[in-house]
Order: sequence, then structure tokens, then C-alpha cells
Amino acid sequence: MKTDMVIAGVGGQGILSIAAALGSAALDNNLYMKQAETHGMSQRGGDVQSFMRISDKPIYSDLIPKAGADIILSVEPMEALRYLPYLKKGGYVVANSSPFINISDYPDEDELVKTIEALPNYILIDADKIAKEVTGSTRAFNFVMLGAASPFIDVPFKYLEEGIREIFGRKGEDVVKMNIDALHAGRKFSQDNK
Amino acid sequence: MQKSLLLGVEAIAQGAIDAGMSGVYAYPGTPSTEIAEYVQHSKLANERKIHSEWSANEKTAMETALGMSYAGKRTMVCMKHVGLNVAADCFMNAAITGSNGGMIVTIADDPSMHSSQNEQDSRVYAKFAMIPILEPSNQQEAYDMVRFGFELSEAFGTPVMMRITTRLAHSRAGITTATDIVAENEMSLPKDKQQFILLPGIARKRYKLLLSNQEKFEAASAESPFNQYTEGTDKSLGVVACGLAYNYLMENYSDGDCPFPVLKVSQYPLPRKMIEKITSECDKVLVLEEGYPVVEEMLKGYLSKEAVIGRLDGTLSRDGELNPDMVAKALGFEIEEGMAIPDLVAARPPALCVGCSHHDVYKALNEVIAEYGEGRVFSDIGCYTLGALPPYRAINACVDMGASITMAKGAADAGLIPSVAMIGDSTFTHSGMTGLLDAVNENAPITVIISDNESISMTGGQKSSAKGKIENICAGLGVHPDHLHVFTPLPKNHELMKDIIRKECDYQGVSVIIPRRVCVQKNIRDQKIKKALKAKAAAKA
Repeated sequence: MKTDMVIAGVGGQGILSIAAALGSAALDNNLYMKQAETHGMSQRGGDVQSFMRISDKPIYSDLIPKAGADIILSVEPMEALRYLPYLKKGGYVVANSSPFINISDYPDEDELVKTIEALPNYILIDADKIAKEVTGSTRAFNFVMLGAASPFIDVPFKYLEEGIREIFGRKGEDVVKMNIDALHAGRKFSQDNK
Repeated sequence: MQKSLLLGVEAIAQGAIDAGMSGVYAYPGTPSTEIAEYVQHSKLANERKIHSEWSANEKTAMETALGMSYAGKRTMVCMKHVGLNVAADCFMNAAITGSNGGMIVTIADDPSMHSSQNEQDSRVYAKFAMIPILEPSNQQEAYDMVRFGFELSEAFGTPVMMRITTRLAHSRAGITTATDIVAENEMSLPKDKQQFILLPGIARKRYKLLLSNQEKFEAASAESPFNQYTEGTDKSLGVVACGLAYNYLMENYSDGDCPFPVLKVSQYPLPRKMIEKITSECDKVLVLEEGYPVVEEMLKGYLSKEAVIGRLDGTLSRDGELNPDMVAKALGFEIEEGMAIPDLVAARPPALCVGCSHHDVYKALNEVIAEYGEGRVFSDIGCYTLGALPPYRAINACVDMGASITMAKGAADAGLIPSVAMIGDSTFTHSGMTGLLDAVNENAPITVIISDNESISMTGGQKSSAKGKIENICAGLGVHPDHLHVFTPLPKNHELMKDIIRKECDYQGVSVIIPRRVCVQKNIRDQKIKKALKAKAAAKA
């Protein structure tokens, strides 16, 4: 059992909550995990990434080698492409289709979609829209994304639910349910659109 | 077995709390900030009243920690690598005084300069000071090493450096924490009443003691549980892997099938016998180390008589942080290149937040500076350094904490009038005040803008030592009240701001302008906390 994934986004989008749920899921089930993240200057609206590694054997490097990631999970479409050098042959790109535009030279959105659709294995999902439909707010879009990536993550799905319960438990059952609903909706989309 | 999910820096903080630390002293700086922050939020630390307030700068932090060590208690001082430059005076002399209570100096280096001005290697400083270094290879070791480090420090009466780098600091792993929590030390004065008095006569004796301790430090490295020699069958190459670099080596042999002898180094001074063994039994030695080629240079020698490869001969890049691919290549593996980044991917540099007060300051400043000609704005370290990037391109220098004011003065001394300094509130109280005193004493024709957002924002909104006292500090240093202005930087005050800047640029003496508006990120966080407290109070009632 081993999954290496790059989680990508823009500083402030909250990619670390995805990593936290996964990390908690891994730890509770006696798996090894390492998760390297970006702090400091680049958090101010710059591109940010987290390297997430889960395995049933000890993990050495905090960084994933080039062409080593099973999944690129990106909460923003252009950011998914920035990490293609890390994608393993046969690996999946799971990207949110809602762009985060805070630069003047952001690429043409149709071109962006075409580029992602030209990849061998991809899931392009409007996580903001699905989160809104299922939970009534876009807040849980991160967990729609994790759900969409879940069929490709070599960790039992129920562990992910437990991970969400762990990190949101103290915020109350409503918040837990919202994020678990989002997780299921994302997973369903991927299974229907693989 | 209890496991906690912790960043490397958090593991160090938890390790220090569990090892009986009585106080942490620090100034925020990526990637070291979260050590003190973790202690601030730790339940056990709060119950024990472990000191964790921020210091005004790294030098005051180091000195205060030394004071706590003097009084017999265990203490840790934390900073980023360039912070050690600020604290170097105390650091070098603390090696001579030695410690009483255990003292660990935790320095977080930032190779590849993710959030820094340079990538200096703090191991050079520890070698300079002649004190032991602990360099963890992973988060668990980082946790375990703190307790070990306090014991080492107390056994030899010396401060010990814990050196980490960005990837270890900001990577999370499951940590097994200790079940036996160490009690804090009782207060106790040093046995030798003169130990901390560095008068030449005493300092000479203390220095001789430090020199004679070197052998003991080396013996400790030889016996250290963190330094390991693994035999190998293929002696055409031996690998010396220091700290985190050990992981990049093992990543390539994750089934434990490395054919070469490997020396893992996580405690310095170098374990001499193991070094002798690997150099004598192997045809060639590859040194893997994060940062400068410190060990490589020592093994190779000035005349390059030893067959040592690494960063100096191009086997590995001379600059930047290591990664598993670079190390794989150095070991002779084929590297698989992934797909290329498509051309349409645009750079997304960091930027000032929407609504940030620095926007208003730079808009006004740029318009006024255009009237005098460009090339006269000396800036400093903080979010406002982003004023160097488009759309503002407003600044001409950013060197070290506080250099804005003194560089502006030097340029004014050379005839560049007006010269403008642009500095933040926390950077001003860190290292700007003394420079302002120099300027006041000579009434230098400079205009100092202290863009006050009441927070240390770049590192995550820590409390600034300025605490709303900046105008009083400036007045106390002798800035004339007529040339000391405080106002709110908002778009509606644009013209007012320009008038003030222009007026003070024309004034042939020191002036200080303080645009004050709280950091937008800090404001959001504060509102959230307020709301949560209100809800809590309502639930109680």
C-alpha cells in the first residue's frame, strides 16, 4: 500500500485541510505518512503545494521524486499543470475546474480545459458547484476534491471519513456531515466520469 | 503507543516541553516560527507557565535564554539562519561562558531561499563557536534529540546547536512521544561564580576549557546513537550522509539494499574514527549534506588530496537544497523525467493581500518619488518587500532587518537627498531603532516611513513588539514632533498621504511617517477569535 500525491493550489485556498484529513486517516490506521508543505512568503497568493506520502512501509524522503506521484490533486486548474513533471506514467490528475485568477496573465480558460483534457488520465470537476449543490455552500469544495481523488488513493475510503470526523469533530456534527457529504459527492463524480 | 501528527518544528517544541524546558525565546522567521508558537498554544506548557512570549529580536532572545541557563533551567532559543547573524555576538560568547541549565540553540536554515535572503549554513557558525551540533534526519529524531541535547548540554556545560532545514521543519509525520515527562530543573546558580564574567583574564581560562572540551565533544559524537555506520559490500564508493540528506540517500534504496558503506552523521563534531574508516576502506567518498559543502571541504582538504565528491566537484549542485532526484543522479541512477510544464502555465508570484495598507502607502509614495527621481527608496524585511514586484516596483534595496534606515542615511550622507526608508513596525523594533538614533544624532535628511500594520504578518501575524508605541519610541529617540506623523492609510487619504510625504522629503532633517492600519489577515483572524469567544460566553450564559 503506497500513495504519493502532490496537492496543489494557491496560498489561502486551504489545501492543508485536505492534507490534515488524509494525515489523520493514515495515522489512525498505523500507516506511515510524510507531508511537506509551504509556509512563509509564498503563502501570500502565490502557488503552493504539499507533498503527501502514505505507505505501509517506512518513508524516507519528504519530497516526491520527479515522475513519482500517483496523483496530482489540484484545487485550481492551472496549478494542476505546474506539477506535471512529478506525475508518474499512468498517474491521475484530479483538478477543480473553477479558476482562481489573481494575476493579469492568467491563461485562456478554454485553452486550459483543452490542455487538461489532452492528458491521458484526468478528472476535471467543478468542485465549487458540486459543494454548493450538495451542502448549500462552497466551503466544503476541498473535500469534494478529496472525494474525487479518493478512487485513486490506496487508503480505504472509510479511513478518509474517519479523518474528516477527526479534524472537524470539535466543530460539531453539522460540519462533519457537510464535509463527509462533500467527500461522497466528489467520489461519485469520479466513479461516474473515470 | 501514542502517535501525534507533527511538523518537524512542532516535534522539536513538543520534545522541549516533554524534556523539562522552562522557557523558549524566539523572534519569528520562516522556517523556525512554529516552534515558539507551538509552545504558546500547548496545554502542558501553559500549565507549567513555560515562557514563550516573542522577543524583540534574535539577539535579545539569545541573551535571555542564556540568562535562564545561568539560573539553572533548561531553555531553547529559536530563529531562522539569518537571525543568528543578529544574535552572533551572544552566540559566540555563550560558547565561552558555557551553560548552566541545558541550552539548545535551534537554527532553521533555508537552502534554496524559499523565504530568505541567503542560504548560509549554520553548521559553519557552530564550528566557529566550537560547540556540538545535532542535525536530525527526520521528525522523530528531532523530537528525541531535544531531550538528548539538554542532557548533552548539561553534561558538558555547553550550549548545543540543533540545526534543521526547511523540509524537515515544514514536513509532518507521525511522532511517538515520550510517556515519562521530565520535570523542570530547580533554579540553581552556576558552581563557578565567575563562569559568566568574560573579563579577559577569565575569558582566557574559559576559552582554554572550551578548547580542551573539543576532545570530549568528539568522543560524544563517536558514541552518539544518532551517528551510525552501516557496512557495505561494494567499496568502490562510501557515502557520508548528513542530517536530512540521509533520507534522500535511502529513498533510492528503500528496501535497505544499499551496497555501499554508509556513515549517517547527525551529531558533530564529526565522529573521527568512523570518518577514517569510510575514507580508508572506500575508493571514493560521496558527501551528501544540505547547505554548504562543510563536511565535504573538511574531508577533501585544501589540496584535494582525498577522493571526495559532492557539491564542490559538480556531482551535486553547489547551491540549492537537495532532493531525491539530485541524489539519485549522484549515485549513478537513471532519472525518469516527468511530463513538461505546458507553456500556458503562468507564474504566480506572491503578492500583497487585497485591502492591505501597504498598497495605499506604495501608491502615494510612488507618485511623490516620481517628482524627485527614482532610486532612493531603501526597504526592509517584511510583507512590504513585495513592493519590489509589479505593479509598484517601488523599492531599491532590501538587505537585512533594519538596513532601510541606515542605508538611507548612508545614501543621504553621500548626497542622495531625499532618501527614503520603508520599514514595518516589527522590523523597526527589531533593529530599526538604533539606526534611527544615528540619523537623529546627525539630523540626517532622511524620511522614514514605518508602515505599521500592528503585526508580524509575513510569518503569520504574530504579535509585534511595537504594540502601538512607535511614535513614542521615535519621539523618545529625538525625532521632532513637527516631523512625526501618524495617519490611517486608506484610499480616501491618498492626497493627504502624498502631501505629508512630499513635505517631509523637502525637510532637511529626520522625519518619521507612520501610516497605521491593522493587517487584513490579522483582522480576519482577530474577528474570528472574537466571534468564537462571544459564542462561548453566550453558551455559558
